[in-house]
Amino acid sequence: MADMKVAAYICQGCGLGERLDTANLAKVAQKEGKAQVVKEHPFLCNAEGVAMIRNDIDNDAVTHVMIAACSRRAKTEAFGFTDVALSRANLREGVIWIRPDDEASRETTQEMAEDYVRMGCAEVKKMKLPEIDPAAVTERRMLVVGGGISGMTAALEASKAGYQVVLVEKTGALGGWGAKLYKRSPSKSPYADPQSTGVDEMVAAINSDSNIKVYTNAITSKIEGAPGRFIAEISTESGPTATETVGSIVQATGFTLYDANNLPELGYGKSANVVDQAGLEALAKAANGGAIKRPSDGGEVKTVVFVQCAGQRDETGKHLPYCSGSCCLTSVKQAMYFKDQNPDVDTVVIYTDLRMPGNGEDFYRSGQTKGVTFTKGKVSSVEATGNTCKVNFQDLILDDQTAIENADLVVLATGQVANSGVDVDAKLKAEIAAAAGDNTLLDAYNASQTEGAVKPISVLNLTYRQGPDLPQLKYGFTDSHFICFPYETRRTGIYSAGPVRRPMDIVQAMEDSTGAAMKAIQAIENAALGRAAHPRSGDLSFPKVRIEGCTQCKRCTVECPFGAIDEDEKRYPLFNQARCRRCGTCMGACPVRVISFENYSVDTVGSQLKAVDVPDEFSEKPRILILACENDAYPALDMAAMNREVYSAWVRVIPVRCLGSVNTIWITDALNSGYDGVMMLGCKHGDDYQCHFVKGSELASYRMSKVGDTLQGMGLEPERVQVFEAAITDIERLPRLINEYSDQIAALPPSPFKGF
Amino acid sequence: MSIEKYRRNFLKEVEERVEEGHWVKMCMQCGVCAGSCPLGPHWEHTPQKIFMMIRAGKREEVLTSDSMWMCTSCYNCIVRCPRKLPITHIMHGLAYLAKREGLVPKNQPTAQFGQMFWDNLVKTGRVNELKLSLGMYFKDGFGQGIKNAMAMQSVGLGMMKAKRLNPMEIMGGHGIKDKSGFSAMLKKARELEDARRKLA
Repeated sequence: MADMKVAAYICQGCGLGERLDTANLAKVAQKEGKAQVVKEHPFLCNAEGVAMIRNDIDNDAVTHVMIAACSRRAKTEAFGFTDVALSRANLREGVIWIRPDDEASRETTQEMAEDYVRMGCAEVKKMKLPEIDPAAVTERRMLVVGGGISGMTAALEASKAGYQVVLVEKTGALGGWGAKLYKRSPSKSPYADPQSTGVDEMVAAINSDSNIKVYTNAITSKIEGAPGRFIAEISTESGPTATETVGSIVQATGFTLYDANNLPELGYGKSANVVDQAGLEALAKAANGGAIKRPSDGGEVKTVVFVQCAGQRDETGKHLPYCSGSCCLTSVKQAMYFKDQNPDVDTVVIYTDLRMPGNGEDFYRSGQTKGVTFTKGKVSSVEATGNTCKVNFQDLILDDQTAIENADLVVLATGQVANSGVDVDAKLKAEIAAAAGDNTLLDAYNASQTEGAVKPISVLNLTYRQGPDLPQLKYGFTDSHFICFPYETRRTGIYSAGPVRRPMDIVQAMEDSTGAAMKAIQAIENAALGRAAHPRSGDLSFPKVRIEGCTQCKRCTVECPFGAIDEDEKRYPLFNQARCRRCGTCMGACPVRVISFENYSVDTVGSQLKAVDVPDEFSEKPRILILACENDAYPALDMAAMNREVYSAWVRVIPVRCLGSVNTIWITDALNSGYDGVMMLGCKHGDDYQCHFVKGSELASYRMSKVGDTLQGMGLEPERVQVFEAAITDIERLPRLINEYSDQIAALPPSPFKGF
Repeated sequence: MSIEKYRRNFLKEVEERVEEGHWVKMCMQCGVCAGSCPLGPHWEHTPQKIFMMIRAGKREEVLTSDSMWMCTSCYNCIVRCPRKLPITHIMHGLAYLAKREGLVPKNQPTAQFGQMFWDNLVKTGRVNELKLSLGMYFKDGFGQGIKNAMAMQSVGLGMMKAKRLNPMEIMGGHGIKDKSGFSAMLKKARELEDARRKLA
């Protein structure tokens, strides 16, 4: 970049001019902030104000702009100058809106504003404009792994949007589970009868679509690269390995039915007349509209019993703990196979809670109208009695232990198990559980690592350092940010869709795959422009590493929540720009601080907190640093300001991309500069995390748990540094929390480091 | 008739022979009727349970239950049922079937009163209030009857003052003009009902 020229603009609108001495702020920007250009304006975000800034950039060689006005989250369009480094001093939401307008507060409010101006100037000087790699080549094709209904939907939707697709199917034909069904649950009003699966039409559409290239009997044996430049090796059973370059990937590998052989107590394997739902579909397909016969002897079927939650929602720990959310629909549909063919067949559905998602309630009513009997009960066992079965169950309404005798056919509703490949965090999860005193996971993991143990088979075979498959959250389903970004996984550009992400039915799977295809297209286009995917959509900055300072400690490669960092042949970190979400977790992890972004680095934040004017210990004005997550805590503070909630004038808030990007040097620097306390506001972590970067806040709280030792070394009280979980809804809680913390700090003696 | 458990035969019988019986299969066992019933704690089975028993094929138990006799027709259940079952009517229909099948619980006061009311009414085509109330007082014996009459004394006197209870009714009371036509009508109605509900 050419010579740096810093310009500071002080706004007087929104009451800033009345509440603050802006002339003095300008003086601060000039004298302490060392801004070459300093201007005040009565209404900075209006056309005239914006034109003034634009003019200075165009005609006065301004390269760095500091705008002292409202929060960085306001007026982003007016102040969207993309050709300069830009920082914002938050005087409106950060100062005047959260301080009372009275004589007593005037002095501290002004001090607060001056500090934010100092911080803004200090920050902008450390910022650079992100440089995009002009040599980046983008492949605009999409790889879809799995040729079931989900995968086919994703492929067709992407093709409709004008993108080429490579579709890889493990078996010899497209269709997946959908092709095994006789009919499917209804997707159209009046939701009364089973309807044709539509799989044949989908397969035909794919075969006639020139945008879609299909590999059957094939697996993805190796995938390397990053969004926009994945290289996938596709191994076919007969023939050579094909290599396809693709821009993004949709994993729609679906589910395997829970193995009913684990349920001998329900008669599976003991009688041919006990089948799982897939078994019944096969019978129905074979009968093709005719009467379904008893498998054992071909006898007439007069009574069918459907056992819901067979090996699901299990509390003993032996079977699946969750509900698969689609089997009730399936059982009603299968009962209708019998009813529609012959209304005199008795069909009894034994359920504990009937769950009919979507428009399933209409379907349920239709089943009742057709005379399907629903009984709330819990099946304890199924006995084979000759060519029929006896189903023993507890009737939960009548509270009696009873049985259905002479059932010709028993159908077990076993659940969906995700085909998500290798659990890349298995060891880590096991170690965490073991540290908490539960060794079951660790024992299972160690057993799985022994010679001869059945190794889980990888689906994607990624060459990522963090493992070959998508990380999983719970029960083996792929991890996605279920609150904000349901299709997103922790591998940028790879999206999971359908039952591999969450147990679901066809309607949901098709919707899901459409969404995933759209996200995959977004990923391709983002990669082409060198931009980040959510939540920092459009961010062009990228972590740079000063390799000569790197000690090869591997913390960044291990801690990156998105597996963006591999290792080169010399064991140095190798960043993959397009995989990165720009959260800065690597920057917070780096013990030697060699990782930085152009516009966000150890220096930009460090210089901000050092720019603050810390009063001496006799002034009785403590200083508290708040590092607030920009996704939740900072917006919550902005909204608190809109509600004119008042909080302490001792705090100075710095937004951070994620609490995971907080490097402990900032804490040390702050305490050394004489701050009396440091407060960190991050997102909820754990299984029901709300962190936009999934693992960032978790890593941060882990790192901060070790800060106590540092404080003791400095002879400071441990309560000076605290981490809080905050949600974007904590509009009233956060000001209260800040005030409580501020009182707590004020009660402590002033930091002994003041004035050094 | 032998009934296998959890088969459709009794449900089918209810559909054919009970007023609004075809609604029973539409119950989704939510229990709102049971929670809404003011008689809830005082009877053997809630409507929810009755419907489940019908599906479970517990014919004897359903028809000998006192539940449908305890229903006061307050209609809370109908108003609240999310599946719009006319529960009150179904209860009355079940009571009628139980009566015709001779399965009413012994000494069921509602059933006794109903029978008394009917007999009283068909005799003259008019209700004889005096005989009806006396019949109710003395249904459990003479001593109990005197006690009941003493307890209800002020009500009886009040009704007499308001010309709502005529002591002369004891002589046979008033009636309608065309008693034989009335009887023929009732007979025909019963024949129609029996044919429709397959009641022999």
